[in-house]
Amino acid sequence: MTYRLGIDVGGTNTDAVLLDEEGQVISKAKSPTTDDVTSGILDVLAKVLADKAIDRSMIKHAMLGTTHCTNAIVERKRLSRVAVIRIGYPATVAVKPLTGWPEDLKQATGNEIFVIGGGHEFDGRRIGELDREALRRIARRVRGRVDAVAVTAVFSPVNPEDELEAARILKEELGDTPISLSHEIGSIGLLERENATVLNAAVVGVAKATATAFSEALRREGIDARAYFGQNDGTLMSVDYAVRYPILTIACGPTNSIRGAAFLSNQRDALVVDVGGTTTDVGVLVNRFPRESSVAVEIGGVRTNFRMPDLVSIGLGGGSIVRQRNGQVTIGPDSVGYRIQHEAVVFGGTTLTATDVAVAAGHVGIGDRRRVSGLDPGLVRQTQGAMVRMVEDAIDRVKTSPEPVPAVLVGGGSILLPDRLQGVLEVLRPAHYEVANAIGAAIAQVSGQIERVFSLDAISREEAVRQAADMAREEAVRAGADPAAVEVVEVDDVPLAYLPGNATRIRVKAAGDLAR
Amino acid sequence: MRQLHAQDIEDIAVGAALLGTGGGGDPHVGKLMALQAIEESGPVDLVDVSEVPDEGLIVPLAMMGAPTVLVEKVPNGEEFPRVFEALKNYLGKPVFATMPIEAGGVNSMIPLASAAKLRIPVIDADGMGRAFPELQMVTFHLAGASATPMVMTDEKGNLVLFGTISNQWTEALARSATVVMGGSAMIAIYPLTGRQVKDAAIGGIVTLAQRIGEAIRRSRIESRDPLAAVLEVTGGLRLFKGKIVDVSRKTAGGFVRGEALFEGIDDYRGKTLRLQFQNENLIAVSDGNVLASVPDLITVLDSETARPMTTEALKYGYRAVVIGIPCDARWRTPEGIETVGPRYFGYDIDYVPIEERVSREWAKGGEPA
Repeated sequence: MTYRLGIDVGGTNTDAVLLDEEGQVISKAKSPTTDDVTSGILDVLAKVLADKAIDRSMIKHAMLGTTHCTNAIVERKRLSRVAVIRIGYPATVAVKPLTGWPEDLKQATGNEIFVIGGGHEFDGRRIGELDREALRRIARRVRGRVDAVAVTAVFSPVNPEDELEAARILKEELGDTPISLSHEIGSIGLLERENATVLNAAVVGVAKATATAFSEALRREGIDARAYFGQNDGTLMSVDYAVRYPILTIACGPTNSIRGAAFLSNQRDALVVDVGGTTTDVGVLVNRFPRESSVAVEIGGVRTNFRMPDLVSIGLGGGSIVRQRNGQVTIGPDSVGYRIQHEAVVFGGTTLTATDVAVAAGHVGIGDRRRVSGLDPGLVRQTQGAMVRMVEDAIDRVKTSPEPVPAVLVGGGSILLPDRLQGVLEVLRPAHYEVANAIGAAIAQVSGQIERVFSLDAISREEAVRQAADMAREEAVRAGADPAAVEVVEVDDVPLAYLPGNATRIRVKAAGDLAR
Repeated sequence: MRQLHAQDIEDIAVGAALLGTGGGGDPHVGKLMALQAIEESGPVDLVDVSEVPDEGLIVPLAMMGAPTVLVEKVPNGEEFPRVFEALKNYLGKPVFATMPIEAGGVNSMIPLASAAKLRIPVIDADGMGRAFPELQMVTFHLAGASATPMVMTDEKGNLVLFGTISNQWTEALARSATVVMGGSAMIAIYPLTGRQVKDAAIGGIVTLAQRIGEAIRRSRIESRDPLAAVLEVTGGLRLFKGKIVDVSRKTAGGFVRGEALFEGIDDYRGKTLRLQFQNENLIAVSDGNVLASVPDLITVLDSETARPMTTEALKYGYRAVVIGIPCDARWRTPEGIETVGPRYFGYDIDYVPIEERVSREWAKGGEPA
């Protein structure tokens, strides 16, 4: 019997699970998330493996969903200096690279900007020849002054040729300096994709350090497993890949919860309500994957357009602080977080939390109920009502149709919620709900995604989708999926408005289980 | 005359999104172009229509093509001097100022970017008072002005000068050339004299966009009701407040047609609103009563922040306020209604001004007139 280890770093807790081949939970553990993140991972690893009966040599895969990269960007710490190269001149210079970036982040990443000739039109024709000489000049200029390179070519999601050629030339000149290519990171929308690519290059160093620390921690625990990082579309990257595309790890936490909820409840299409210590995320499961957001997402003050789960987050969690002012009850958005074990009233503390109210109402049997027996029943009723309304409102916002759908409740804080919610067909509370995120990390598949603009004058829509699907399958296999198990999980086509010629953007994602 | 600085550009962009009535392309890229141009060359002079010399050559500027292409293949910036130079040589006189052809959407920003770069003024006026999808849908067309000579250029340096027999021909030829140039191109169109601008342009529209953006920004800082501020600035009427319960879209001939169904909340509980759009919002119908139709402006605002929403952003579950704003009087003439009225867009209804369709009581949540 072989095992999979899944670890997910959340805002409040770091969770870990050990699954067997059948997906049964062998062991699970929670530990507070620490400021440096890594020591929290070490703690939870020790806890989940505490049972001496576990044969560590049988752990073959280890998956980590972590916030290292997000934190580095938000805190502007440990970022790499990046040479930002845009290919597309004479187009694009009316808005230069890094426009609109916060000044401190620009400085932290070195602010080395170049725009050179090359790139493509929407239909695949060239804007101009790639300026190879300029690339060599840039490489010589930045050698020793930057730690990474970000390359973004106009319409590279349609034709990645220039980015690939640029990478080849830069590698000749710069050796092992990491190079990030935009077509592997974002979709159409030059500035947002370029921003994501630069951020990616900036966290390559952090990702490498994290990968090394994770591998070392596994080795120290006597585990000889292949290591993977979770990415924000609910699939895995091998460590080699994650070190090249670390930006894709951002927001993998909510995604892991949604995927874990799908697995535990055996649902393909449902709502997922993940109640943590500080926040509740409500997302949508479509064909076993999280629905992705279509609007620009800001990270650390920078606008990006890459894949993120479409979520509504509200400030309600198990540790949310409950206050009463002028007869009005407020819940959160501040929380006692992992200190709930000491600060909540039922645990002997003095701060009234959402958990205390749930205990007082008799919905939850944790801590010492007598400590909240004196709470005003009116307050309890009002708070309960307010919590349910907050969640029902969030549910209503993420739904795409008025029909009631099943909702899967996961996360340690989900015990706060009742068994009936408006707009919900059925409330499902699967076993191991409190570690759904770590389970999501453990069961994740490997995926490939492509996005191209096709002219449907030349070929039919079906043929275009078929071509795109083949490319997506190849991508998935390249990322480590079992070729026999890869299937298309998402097809999205958007006609380009204000243009004749039936130009249509087609995006296909394929995913499959890991190759053994 | 007054100067526009970076904050003014930010405000105008928000106002432009509102005047874009759901379409016109996201002003974001255009805003970044204008901000970069101002950072490099200094603020833009905004002049009132009354300050324009009668004989001065005024050249409106715009992007033509797909917003999806514009956000990927951002312009170079040298398109601006190139089109003006070509027109100057052809017409034998220098360009006095530029102006937006449409105050809504991304094209509100293009003239500001060019004016900063070339250090020429922008006139506080446009030819629509909003956004429309076709070249002849401008007040200059109603006044008999010709879209040509029109110059189109791309970032590579290709340049086409159009001389056409009608504005409909200009639309057809320019649309084809745009595709060949890569799906998005810069155009200088409807070259006008100062006299024509005074007679035919919709004055004060850039200032209006700025005041809208400023009202939304300030009401957030000062914790006031942003919607009331927007209605006050625009002279608009609240048509509905509701939650989107259905959205459908389909594409035909390069245009995205569709509709959104709102279920009433608060004052409008128990009522519904059907909003139909073709790139821009065109008609709003509540339980069989037409509340507003093109050319009056219909805009969907976020119910919390009053931020304008594009038709692409409309999704089930969003809570929004739908507002209507009276269009310029020139669109209410027989020629105006023929050019941009409901029948032109395929709706078999007569145009009735929004003020006659919507009573003050309805706007407060009561019954229609």
